[in-house]
Amino acid sequence: MRLRAEKRIDSPAWMPAVTAALSVLLAFAAGGVFLYAQGVSPFEAYASILKSAFGSGYDLSETAVKALPLAIVSLAVMLCFTMLVWNIGAEGQALVGALAAAAMVRYFPLESKPAMLSLMALAAMLAGGVWAGAAGLLKAKWNVNEIITTLMLNYIAIRLLEYFVYGPWRDPSSLGFPMTSRFIDSARLPALWGTRIHMGIYALFFLTVVMEVLLKRTRFGYEIRVTGDNARAARYAGMDYVRKVAGVMFLSGAIAGFAGMCEVSGLQGRLQAGFSAQYGYTAIIVAWLAHLRPSLSLVIAFLMGALLVGGEALQISMGLPMASASILQGLILFFVLGGEFFQNYRVRLDFSRVGRARRSRGDI
Amino acid sequence: MKRLIVTLFLLLSLLAAGACAAPVPVAEINPGYVYIGPVGDGGWTYMQDEGRRAVDAAFPGLKSTIVESVGEGPESVPVMERLVRQNKSKLIFAGSFGYMDYVEEVAKKYPDTIFMHVSGYKRADNVGTMFGRMYQPRYLSGLVAGKMTASGNIGYVAAHPIPEVIRMINAFTLGVREVNPKATVKVIWLFSWFDPGKEKEAAKALIDSGCDVLAMHADTGAVAQAAEEAKTYVIGYNNDMSQYAPTMHLTAPVWNWEKLFSPIVKQVADGTWKSEAIWWGMKEGAVDLAPFGPAVPEDVRALVDAQKADIISGKQAVFTGPIKDQSGAVKVKQGEAMSDDDIWSMGWFVEGVIGEIPN
Repeated sequence: MRLRAEKRIDSPAWMPAVTAALSVLLAFAAGGVFLYAQGVSPFEAYASILKSAFGSGYDLSETAVKALPLAIVSLAVMLCFTMLVWNIGAEGQALVGALAAAAMVRYFPLESKPAMLSLMALAAMLAGGVWAGAAGLLKAKWNVNEIITTLMLNYIAIRLLEYFVYGPWRDPSSLGFPMTSRFIDSARLPALWGTRIHMGIYALFFLTVVMEVLLKRTRFGYEIRVTGDNARAARYAGMDYVRKVAGVMFLSGAIAGFAGMCEVSGLQGRLQAGFSAQYGYTAIIVAWLAHLRPSLSLVIAFLMGALLVGGEALQISMGLPMASASILQGLILFFVLGGEFFQNYRVRLDFSRVGRARRSRGDI
Repeated sequence: MKRLIVTLFLLLSLLAAGACAAPVPVAEINPGYVYIGPVGDGGWTYMQDEGRRAVDAAFPGLKSTIVESVGEGPESVPVMERLVRQNKSKLIFAGSFGYMDYVEEVAKKYPDTIFMHVSGYKRADNVGTMFGRMYQPRYLSGLVAGKMTASGNIGYVAAHPIPEVIRMINAFTLGVREVNPKATVKVIWLFSWFDPGKEKEAAKALIDSGCDVLAMHADTGAVAQAAEEAKTYVIGYNNDMSQYAPTMHLTAPVWNWEKLFSPIVKQVADGTWKSEAIWWGMKEGAVDLAPFGPAVPEDVRALVDAQKADIISGKQAVFTGPIKDQSGAVKVKQGEAMSDDDIWSMGWFVEGVIGEIPN
């Protein structure tokens, strides 16, 4: 007897919704046991998470602030993942985007806000695009593993940022502390509705629509899907593989770079050492949970934002340590991602002779 | 004219009244503590939390709340805001330098809450800054290191090349050279406050390069552990790190945050708090030297204790000339003492330090 996982050939239409709901329920149940073991009432804890994430206009706005960069970056990685090209380096691409935006503020300060912001956005997208595009070119031309290169480029980006904030761009009035001068007003993305949500949110909605159309309704989208499914077939059909991979990576990096610019211009107002909130990595989970669908990633990013907010809420209102909050977040993600598995695979106990025979032959 | 004078007088008295906050009942202060690391880091955050516990015990009815591992970026804003909004905190301690801009941002929005920013320099009507003159016990620990080194090579694992850390390296080196003029202090930068793996690697690298005493400025006990494993003397930081290096720990410059937090809570309760830059030293008990380890001989203890008494009485200041920089140029003349501003913003190494400040 053994446990076997078989790929489902076709799954009923109700399947995704039911597995998602079941996984979330199971996640909360398992989390509840954990919270109870910590001496905390699970119901109170979940209520406090929900209240902190969605309880008031302020709470909703802060959840959105957390979700915004996640959503933009998830669009970026989604583009690559559709082609089965694994861009793990959105973090670094966002960093160089922020760096390029800060460079524009430093060397080409403009009075006009639209001009300054456009210049920063262009520079950020170019920088992020080149950062990712380089890895894409290596992958397409010489089959260099893009997972490794994009990941390694993250560390280079971090060091580059440190070099500038500790060195040539350090604010002379900061008493030696590693940060640039505060950006001029024209370089700040305006905040909206009296919250910390900045104008990047319009860009996010626009990008989501563009991506939705691009992936589903254009020849370009079709080609990258085909290339992802079967690169050889795509080449045979006359698609330029090198250009496609490098181009998609460039676009992906450009979007991530733009997200970096939004963070630095919308929230921080200056470049500081240690700039990063690990959005680049969390966004990968968002893209995956959204099944690489742009519009769905908006929702998932918002829920992920709520989960992150919940971590703080648990500390403040329930007095739980950060580690407990992280374990709870991890549990929930584990179950939700685990649910995906059951959606794609059927698991059953195999009692058959054939199974045993195949096993002894080493087929399985 | 008379009316003008009366109006002016009224306005002035209003201003004077506004400068001092109204007293807050202890049970309603709900101090919120924002920590850079986890409470279990065994160093910086651990000591801040020890201070918080002591303050809680000293003020019956006081209910404090902590948030750990809060990044030094925009993500710290909602943490502080929630402390004010949900927790009704009337007093917030922001425990690391990088919160500076965000403390300023949040404090503007909530004028009824008092913010105390550790190690920063930006103040406002409801924002004060606080720090300890850690360079004093640092200097004393340098005396110990200078006496205990046989090779004259001392290693120093340092977090970030910022004035706070540079100041400590300088004070330590002045102590070392006071008793051992030929000894040198080799610095390795971590570019991180909290990274036990990197801290340990740096310690090993210094030991391999011939250092026989290590000192450190980072948030965990990893350097002390590495030193104990390699049987190399070590000087801890933040707290008495002898638990990590029972046989090799010499001493450590340590924090006593209770002495910093407690008066603030009292002032807020009494309504006497006002925005100021607090920089307290050994005299106020904010910083101290941990008990000597078993390896430190009697004569060294006596020497250090004598200088400690002089620092506390104010007879001796650490940064008194002659002080030369790495190139040998005189930075502080014989008999002159550096001003607090110059000490605060120190951006150069004293003679005897081997290492570079990136710029």
